[in-house]
This record gives sequence, structure tokens and C-alpha cells, in this order.
Amino acid sequence: MSKNLFEQIGGEPAVNVAVDIFYRKVLSDDRISHFFDDVDMERQAAKQKAFLTMALGGPNKYSGADMRRGHAHLVARGLNDSHFDAVMENLAATLQELNVPPALIAQAAAICEGTRNDVLGK
Amino acid sequence: MASITFEGNSYRCEEGQSVLDVLLAHGVAAPHSCRSGSCQSCMMRVETGELPESSQAGIKETLRVQGYFLPCICRPGDDLTIVRPDTDTMRLEATVSHVTALSDHVVCVGLSSQTPISYRPGQFINLFKDDATARSYSLASVPDMDGELRLHVRRFANGQVSTWIHEALRPGDRVQLSPPAGDCFYLPGQAEQPLLLIGTGTGLAPLYGIARDALAQGHRGPIHLYHGSREPAGLYLVERLQELAQQYANFRYFPCLSGSEVPDGFLPGRALDLALSHAPELSGWRIYLCGNPDMVKLARKRVFLAGASMREIHSDAFTHQAA
Repeated sequence: MSKNLFEQIGGEPAVNVAVDIFYRKVLSDDRISHFFDDVDMERQAAKQKAFLTMALGGPNKYSGADMRRGHAHLVARGLNDSHFDAVMENLAATLQELNVPPALIAQAAAICEGTRNDVLGK
Repeated sequence: MASITFEGNSYRCEEGQSVLDVLLAHGVAAPHSCRSGSCQSCMMRVETGELPESSQAGIKETLRVQGYFLPCICRPGDDLTIVRPDTDTMRLEATVSHVTALSDHVVCVGLSSQTPISYRPGQFINLFKDDATARSYSLASVPDMDGELRLHVRRFANGQVSTWIHEALRPGDRVQLSPPAGDCFYLPGQAEQPLLLIGTGTGLAPLYGIARDALAQGHRGPIHLYHGSREPAGLYLVERLQELAQQYANFRYFPCLSGSEVPDGFLPGRALDLALSHAPELSGWRIYLCGNPDMVKLARKRVFLAGASMREIHSDAFTHQAA
């Protein structure tokens, strides 16, 4: 296998560019912004970066159990499939804006999809 | 359940309790102020045991490697033996050179020191009233221009430290302070970049330092300073800032009043709203936000949504609450 998804996209520098765009979309999205509103923005941006790194197949240290624990308080506040879908949409839109080829966007979407049940505590 | 050993006593740390909570619950006179991991006035050092990484957030590297951490945000998983910080690392001594009224509620405190204190305008220090009581104040002075540290202190009705400063502090008094810290300051290198500075109340202090520092370092891009208050009496240094705006073509000053009384020369409205109405598109700008914590929090979000990059948004490390 040649370069992986994370390397093809451009590695950490690409993720740094994507974080601002992605987080701005999420905060402007009425369907999900309330889940992101009441937290420290710096910390939140660090989390978005960790999320994008993971979604793009980069190095990450999150297990399924971490995902469950990390989102349990949001599930208690009503986090469901529709919100997960909204995040997926924002991710795809971010990558399109950065001219990432559709095949790579599909790979990123597949990685995220793999975390759905853990994130939603199913 | 972790245990905390401090000055010969061991205390149990219950689930969810911070090290500071545990110490205060047992009557230990531990200095503290913000209780949210930003002012660093509670800093201590670990001798044995593993610290959670997050408990060292924002501490400078040289102290971090020595085991300095913030008890107020430390929820340990491991047993810890901790000690007070070494006095000479954590405390500086200074002499009050003057306490000058800037308005009915705000004084400027000048502090001089025999050994020069190195800092950047906009950083903050903790000023100690006694061993256990400190408050954070931002530095409004610029080292090369002012030759002393200057703080702006607003008097709060029940503020222990601000009342002491306003009523008891006299020229010649010796006081203790922590070394300057924080990363809300001007960095040279992009002299053409537009800068937006928004502050309320004594949040003007760091911005006054940052703006003059940027000008002194030859910043050529626009520097727009919005200072907001409800009442005219809440704004200060108005004439000084107007002079600065006359002196430098790239510096503009907007005194904003959100209450009903708005004399000539002042803008009606909130500083944040006015700044965003003048500059609705902020991509490429560097932003400094200081003052009321709710304003700062809202402003961070709004300037980010207006296009400012997260890396370009700087804000006061601590809150200007009743002190």
C-alpha cells in the first residue's frame, strides 16, 4: 500500500487549516451548535483537531471506550443520529472546500461512520 | 481514591475534588484566586506521584519540568506529595511608586523593582495582599517607555484586594507579586496585519500596553481599539488615547457607551457590536479581547465566526471578577 489517507491529504498542516473551517461550520450549524456552545473554545478546537486527525486516518489514541465516555454527557443531552449526520455533512463540506478529492472524502466518511455506535452510546 | 500529602498531613481526595478543594476543606491557607486554572496563583510543586497532564496547562516549560502544577484544576489519579512553591521562584518584591486615580473607580498602581522584572505588555502578575490572598492584574506598562510596572485596579465593593489597594496602599510600601505570565501580548513579525483590540472596564489595561507596544515596535497595519462601558465614568485614559490616535495615523480609538447617556465624541452601543459592525469580515486580523468574562467568551465566538483564525485570537488569561 502506498501513502495512507492522512499523508495523501497533507498530514498535520492540512488538519490545522481544516480545523478553523470545520469548527466554524459546526458553530454556525443550528442543528448542532448548542452541543459546542458552553465549552472553552481553545479546548474545543483541540478536540476538533483530534477528531479531524482521526477522521483523516491520522495517528490517534482514542479507543471505542474513550468515544463512549467522552460523549456520554452529550448523549444524556439528546445527542442522536441526526446530529451525527450533521457533523458528517460539515466534515464533507470542509474537505470539499479544501479541494480534497471525492474518493478521499469517502474514506474519511467511512472512518467516522465506524465510530457512530460508540459516539452515540449504542 | 488518591491521597494528598502536604506539610506532614495526608488528606483523602474524593472523586471529582481538586487538590485545592482538598487543601481548603482541611483549613490549609493555600493561595488561590480564579479556581479555573488560569491565574496560576495557587501553583505548587509535586515531589512524588504522577500528575494529570492537564494540571500543568499553561505553566511555562522551565517550571513544568520541575513539577509545578495548578492545584485548582488537578484531579489526581495517583497519590501525591506536594509542597509550596519555592519562594524565590514564585515571588518577586517591588516597591509602590505611586497610586494615581484614573477615574472615580480606577487607580493606576506603579511598581518598581531593584532587579528589573522582565515582561511583555499585556501579561499579568498576581499581587499579594498577604500570603494567602492574591489577585491577578494585567500589565498596562511598556518596559522601555514606562520604567515601572503599571496596573489598573478597579475598586469592587466587597473586593478584599482592590479595597486594600485603593485605601491602604501608599508610595514606598513593599509588596509581593508573582512573575509575569500569560500569552496575551504583541508579537512582532507581521507589521502590516490589522489588529483589533476590544476591552471592557479595566480590560483596557492589557490593551493599552499591547497597543503602545505594537506602535513602539513599528507596527504599520491598522490598530483599532474599542473600549466599552455602560456609563461615561467607566471609561478612562480617554484623552491620552485620543492623543495617541492623533499621533499615529494607523491607530484608532473608539470609546463606546452601552447605557443611555452618550456624550459627544462617544459611540452609542457595546464595544463588541460596534467593532463587528465596522469590521464584519475578520479573516487575516489579529484579535485581542480583555475584560468582562462573558464579553470575552461571546467575543471569541463572534470574531471566530467572522473569519478570524483561532490562532489569531488572544484573550486575557484570567477573569476580571470582583476582586
